[in-house]
Amino acid sequence: MSAEEQKNLKTNDSDQQESGISRRYFLAGTACLSAAAAVSLSPLLNAEEVPSGDDFIQKHYKELTTEDKKEIFARLEAQIKEKYDVDATISDPPPIDGVEFAYVLNLGRCIGCRKCVYACMDENNQSRSPQKQYIRVLKMKKGTINLESASHDYPEKEAESDDFFYMPVACQQCREPKCIEVCPVKATWQEKDGIVVVDYNWCIGCRYCEAACPYHARRFNFAKPQIPAQDINPDMGYLSNRPRYMGVMEKCTFCLHKTRRGEYPACMEVCPTGSRKFGNLRDPKSEVRIIIEQERVFVLKQEVGTLPKFYYTFAK
Amino acid sequence: MKTGFSGFFNYAFKSILSGNRTYTLWMFGLIVVSMFGLNAFSRQIAHGLYTTGMGDEVSWGLYISNFAFLVGMAAAAVMMVIPAYIFKDEEIHKVVIFTELWAIAALTMCLLFVTADIGRPDRLWHMFPVIGIFHWPTSMLTWDVLVLNGYLFLNLYVCGYVLYRKFHGLKLVSKHYVPVVFLAIAWAPLIHTITAFLFQGLGARPFWHTGLIAPRFLASAFAAGPAFIILVFKVMDYFKCCKIHDEVIAKIRVIITVSLLANLLLVGSELFTELYSGSEHSIHLAFLLGFHGSSVLAPWMWTAIALNIIAAIILLLPVRQNPQFLTVACIMIIVGIWVEKGLGFVISGFIPTPLGDFVQYQPSLNELTVCFGILAFGLLVYTALLKVAIPIINGELCHRENKD
Repeated sequence: MSAEEQKNLKTNDSDQQESGISRRYFLAGTACLSAAAAVSLSPLLNAEEVPSGDDFIQKHYKELTTEDKKEIFARLEAQIKEKYDVDATISDPPPIDGVEFAYVLNLGRCIGCRKCVYACMDENNQSRSPQKQYIRVLKMKKGTINLESASHDYPEKEAESDDFFYMPVACQQCREPKCIEVCPVKATWQEKDGIVVVDYNWCIGCRYCEAACPYHARRFNFAKPQIPAQDINPDMGYLSNRPRYMGVMEKCTFCLHKTRRGEYPACMEVCPTGSRKFGNLRDPKSEVRIIIEQERVFVLKQEVGTLPKFYYTFAK
Repeated sequence: MKTGFSGFFNYAFKSILSGNRTYTLWMFGLIVVSMFGLNAFSRQIAHGLYTTGMGDEVSWGLYISNFAFLVGMAAAAVMMVIPAYIFKDEEIHKVVIFTELWAIAALTMCLLFVTADIGRPDRLWHMFPVIGIFHWPTSMLTWDVLVLNGYLFLNLYVCGYVLYRKFHGLKLVSKHYVPVVFLAIAWAPLIHTITAFLFQGLGARPFWHTGLIAPRFLASAFAAGPAFIILVFKVMDYFKCCKIHDEVIAKIRVIITVSLLANLLLVGSELFTELYSGSEHSIHLAFLLGFHGSSVLAPWMWTAIALNIIAAIILLLPVRQNPQFLTVACIMIIVGIWVEKGLGFVISGFIPTPLGDFVQYQPSLNELTVCFGILAFGLLVYTALLKVAIPIINGELCHRENKD
């Protein structure tokens, strides 16, 4: 028996097992394993997005003080400047008292041109590659309301057809949103003016809200969002259209950075046929209120119990 | 001889690191596959979930499919614990710890699959109460986090207690662990029911929005879990590390048969409801079965149904006594139920989308590598746990301190 083996027997307590592992093999094995692990983990060096320390410890939006927000917005604006060389302003307009936003869409006039889809993309700094669209325009055959018969990706030349009607669908800003119930970290919630928002710095990306939404309204950043610098809209809201991160949810926010200032959402502004109406449901003189009271309006998937604030009508 | 915890862990550590050639090659192979999985996961962290086959239409894919299946496997440990502790079956009681150890390994895989699916794993601390926000009791995900971790700790405690006491040749004090075992018996169906509730509570997804999901989950889990245990026991028998009596296998086989028949009843009930009325609500199932345009999932689903039925037939015929047929039946059950729960339930809940869009889902190579890596790691954990436990249970070590 060599000196090595005698030493092994002395240091090895388990005399009733197979021969124990020697210290040399153990160290060699650990070294090999560590090296293999380091090689396995090496793609992390090419990580496309690495949060900074401040990003990492940032608290939930609702727990931020005014000072916190100033600091955070300044940091985010600096990050945008560094990345896109754009001087952005991140605002945080509060909900206006006595306002509940609602939308009416006139299916009798929509021609399915999709200008709203692209205006939304421009306004909200959505990723161009991969392309994110909040609004989904369904081309529906006349005579059916069955969504499964719809065409989602019709070419431009199939717009404005008289045998079909076109139904844009985006976030319905439901009164009973299922998405905010299922979020495990409350990263998404409903504001006082009825808009459902996401704190992009709090979302953990579990996509449970995407599973829970009956309207396919929520979008997830599977990849790092890519926006050409010249397409950046510098007028940003913290809870709405500031550039998002890889691995977080986003969706239509009724352009709250504009609408809380009294302006219209981008989709409505661009609509060439006047099919879109937006306003304050609580104001008896608003367009949406008048239409809902006078026209024959309906909502999608009423049976799910979400009580959407996006109304459709077949008016002239 | 070291005493206490250090003695036990010292033994466990040495036990895992030593073994014959087959053991070493097996563990080495699992480590290699796990490393590939770690590599694929790193690529996913670096470049995002874009590296998977998921998209906004099918936003949960193979990771959550495996998660749902493995929660069932973990819960199925209770199928052996009940005969052992409630019916006080001596033979099963001797080997029940091997199923509880499997629950630990399966839960480890569940937690890894969920972590792999998260978009921002660096933000998982957001879920902790106090430092983050834990949206309990409204979010079913928070319930799942609680019950899964709770079940993991219950099993770690019971296995740890039994193995530790037996290792040092100490008697097992009933009141120190049997109440925990009974708690685990009640807890096990709970973990799988909560996981089912995660899906069936969503009114947005009509394919999942039925009360039958939780019973289906439980029935299929209680068929697939013990089937896997039978395979483990056969492997242990083959390597002559532990003698498993034929009557134990026979009893487990009965459990599997009953559960499988229950599962077939529930699946049959769903198929009838969806397809007989011809209403539009059956669109998800129709697509899954290939009745509504082409679907890559259809051949998988038909195979799964066939495997389930053939396995049930085998288990009802006299040929079930034949060990080779039993092995084949067990493999068929595990594969069939994996497909049924994963592809046939999780994935097809997304097709068509809530707006009626039909898409195809195919996992990417990176996604598959992560899956295999996690499965390999789970087997690695389980093998290590068995390596530690088997000599203790066999009584090869228990008399060290009490030599007369």
